[in-house]
Amino acid sequence: MAIAIRAEGLAKSFNGTAAVRDLDLEVQPGELLALLGPSGSGKTTFLRLVAGLESPTAGRILFDNEDATALSVRDRRVGFVFQHYALFRHLNVAENIAYGLRVRPRATRPADAEIRRRVADLLDLVQLAGLGKRFPTQLSGGQRQRVALARALAVEPRVLLLDEPFGALDAKVRRDLRRWLREIHDRTGHTTLFVTHDQEEALELADRVAIFNLGNVEQVGTPDEILDHPATAFVAGFVGEAVRLPVNVASSSLRIGPHQLRISCGKVTGPAELFVRPHDLALATDSQPAILARVLAVRRTGPARRAELALADGLPTVEMELPAGHTARKGDILPVTLVNLRLFASR
Amino acid sequence: MSDAAHNGWALRTTPRRSQWFPKPSALPGFGITFGFAVTYLSLIILIPLAVLVARAGELGLDGIWRVATTPRVLAALQVSFFISAAAALINALFGTIVAWVLVHYDFPGKRLLDAAVDLPFALPTAVAGIALAALYATNGWIGSLFAPWDIKIAFTPLGILVALIFIGLPFVVRTVQPVLQDLDREVEEASATLGATRTQTVVRVVLPALTPALLTGVALAFARAVGEYGSVIFIAGNMPFVSEIAPLLIVTKLEEFDYAGAAAIATVMLGISFVTLLAINALQAFSRRRFGHA
Amino acid sequence: MRNGVLSESPAVRRTLIALAVGFLTLFLVLPLLAVFSEALRRGLDLFIAAFAEPDTQAAIGLTLLVAAIAVPLNLLFGISAAWAVAKFEFPGKSLLVTLIDLPFSVSPVVSGLVFVLLFGAKGLLGPLIDDWDFKIIFAVPGIVLATIFVTFPFIAREVIPLMQEQGTAEEEAALTLGASGLRTFLTVTLPNVRWALLYGVLLCNARAMGEFGAVSVVSGHIRGLTNTMPLHVEILYNEYNFVAAFAVASLLAGLALVTLVAKSFLEGRYGDQLARAHRH
Repeated sequence: MAIAIRAEGLAKSFNGTAAVRDLDLEVQPGELLALLGPSGSGKTTFLRLVAGLESPTAGRILFDNEDATALSVRDRRVGFVFQHYALFRHLNVAENIAYGLRVRPRATRPADAEIRRRVADLLDLVQLAGLGKRFPTQLSGGQRQRVALARALAVEPRVLLLDEPFGALDAKVRRDLRRWLREIHDRTGHTTLFVTHDQEEALELADRVAIFNLGNVEQVGTPDEILDHPATAFVAGFVGEAVRLPVNVASSSLRIGPHQLRISCGKVTGPAELFVRPHDLALATDSQPAILARVLAVRRTGPARRAELALADGLPTVEMELPAGHTARKGDILPVTLVNLRLFASR
Repeated sequence: MSDAAHNGWALRTTPRRSQWFPKPSALPGFGITFGFAVTYLSLIILIPLAVLVARAGELGLDGIWRVATTPRVLAALQVSFFISAAAALINALFGTIVAWVLVHYDFPGKRLLDAAVDLPFALPTAVAGIALAALYATNGWIGSLFAPWDIKIAFTPLGILVALIFIGLPFVVRTVQPVLQDLDREVEEASATLGATRTQTVVRVVLPALTPALLTGVALAFARAVGEYGSVIFIAGNMPFVSEIAPLLIVTKLEEFDYAGAAAIATVMLGISFVTLLAINALQAFSRRRFGHA
Repeated sequence: MRNGVLSESPAVRRTLIALAVGFLTLFLVLPLLAVFSEALRRGLDLFIAAFAEPDTQAAIGLTLLVAAIAVPLNLLFGISAAWAVAKFEFPGKSLLVTLIDLPFSVSPVVSGLVFVLLFGAKGLLGPLIDDWDFKIIFAVPGIVLATIFVTFPFIAREVIPLMQEQGTAEEEAALTLGASGLRTFLTVTLPNVRWALLYGVLLCNARAMGEFGAVSVVSGHIRGLTNTMPLHVEILYNEYNFVAAFAVASLLAGLALVTLVAKSFLEGRYGDQLARAHRH
């Protein structure tokens, strides 16, 4: 399949501080790719490099296998949705959306009637029909977000780039808009990149997720691949509610604090890091190797009950989902085993 | 990958290329706008001022000193300096009261009065000068009130004081007013809940927060007053050694074609402004650090 | 806030208001009234007659001419400097911003003096200019230069902070939508700063028309030729022609009042689109 966007050895530094380092990434046509990472990991810089708002210190960017590195922002035909929307405050909603069409050279500029029709269509698409005469200051955050998206779509971009599209909105609006963005994407089929630091958002919304760290991509994959098969310790620690435990691996046994667990550890030996999520722990049956853990607290998370467990002094506490009807209480000692092993050798 | 990576540290690398000028940006037009701005600034402001300093420099430092310490020049500098300082202090007091009243109280005509504070910025100095002279002369509306006690205001140093108060007032009010407005009401309320009387709150909480802005305003008023010419010469009387201000002496020197002498006095005055400017900048930097606003 | 702990007592309040009103009346309101009162002291006829004088009309004409040259040039400078300073990062930026305010701390007389030292008969370039048979000092070009000098910062200091505050996001958005640099400037940047520009132009113009000290030094006071309105006021006043002096002065005072009203209007109506210092 053709590649929509390809970054090759891309690097960008500001004042000698590297924001993006030797980054390679391929984006498939029509996919919705989330760029997920902690703040300062280079995801927004990467997005701005794709848009042409920054020029790379090194490397290339290809659109449809053509080198676009030297293309100016104007000529890249990207639809960029800014974190704080960057709506033109002196233009009303319809004028904002029409802007990209109106600034075209006369030869390629659509007729006024056509522009009006396109604006009306886009207002429908983003469910803002009838608000075309409003000014940005008269809109709610969610509405502004949708105007920004309509404005970006109006120029029929090759790729849609969204920088923290829901970052400035409250939780309820975020969830609604998230679903709605997915619908729009399914309907329009634009290749879409969006930056987020919210993993729930990335995992729920995206076809694939690129995990950013220290200016580079740690892993690209579907949400399932990222969650179930993290490629690096960073990914394992960043995604999911994992607790990181320092462990030691020697001859097919795992040492966690004072505990020794006979369990197959694959190729990892020596000091390692174990990432534990609530679902990775289970009550051990009699035949299974088990750690005796003390229940510190039991709390309700939605329909399930979770026990907070102390494995040993000096280790972080872990959480475990309790089977329905289990009557564990604070102070109980439970036999616990690992059903899922996410283990990375320490560096 | 270690745990430290979680925080997404910024990595430091040595820049391979020399520093960009400017830093690269997607926006165009830096070259032409920066080029025009700097050229225009240099032609209109920097080169002429440099010529002034160079001209004074021809006299050498001791030459400037000699010009500046001739009795008449020294007297004029003292008149300018001390009356400007006095006017700035009077404005500190009344300017703060005006700002306070405009921010805190409501009364008829308040908006009009608020707008009037900017009058000295907008009214040409020559107009202010002849108006003040007419008003404070012994036969003027205000001057005649003082005449029975044999107090003359216009055409004496007191007249200079009046003109410099007029010129400096908006600087104090307009620097203090916004700070007073932004002052967190909750802080005053906190002070009251802790048992302070209103006077204690004002003296211990409000005024200290106001001090940097007030000092800045006073310094601005002072700097403006030292150089003021138009409004003063009409009301001053311009008696050498008594009511002659330094800017007037520059004009006198010019009329005698003593360019070097004029440049020397001007340089001394530039020096005073420069020191005042430095003080203002230091104050604002301090205020930003200490209070988070300038 | 009737609570005595959170607010001053009525007596204190009344005293403070009286002090403020009294002080402003004494120093601001009365001088303004005096201008008009003195101008009309001998009746409307003499007031109007003052403007029939050819010298007065020449002074008005020259003042308008000088402002018509100085204000647009400073406007161009203000916009250029603001674009460079607000939209780009470069070393020496804060120095540039500080230098722009420099004329505010220079005495008007010194502002005129520097051009005499440059272009005067005994000035640095004086002989050169003499050879070309072109006069700057004691002529209109000198007056224009001195006026530009003293009004230099007015527009720049209104636009720069506002543009800095507005950042570059809207311009970047316009570029991603395919607008050219110039187009972006005209359709996005300029509309966002138009009221601040107007505000700066108002103040710049008021000062340009009213400048006295700097212009006085370079003008030579040639009646009908190099006299601006403020200089003409001085000449009439020194000739004890008080009615005419105050009549011309009242025209300038009227300009000041119009400026103040327009300024208050802008602050009230478009305060959110001005530099932060003018928002109420």
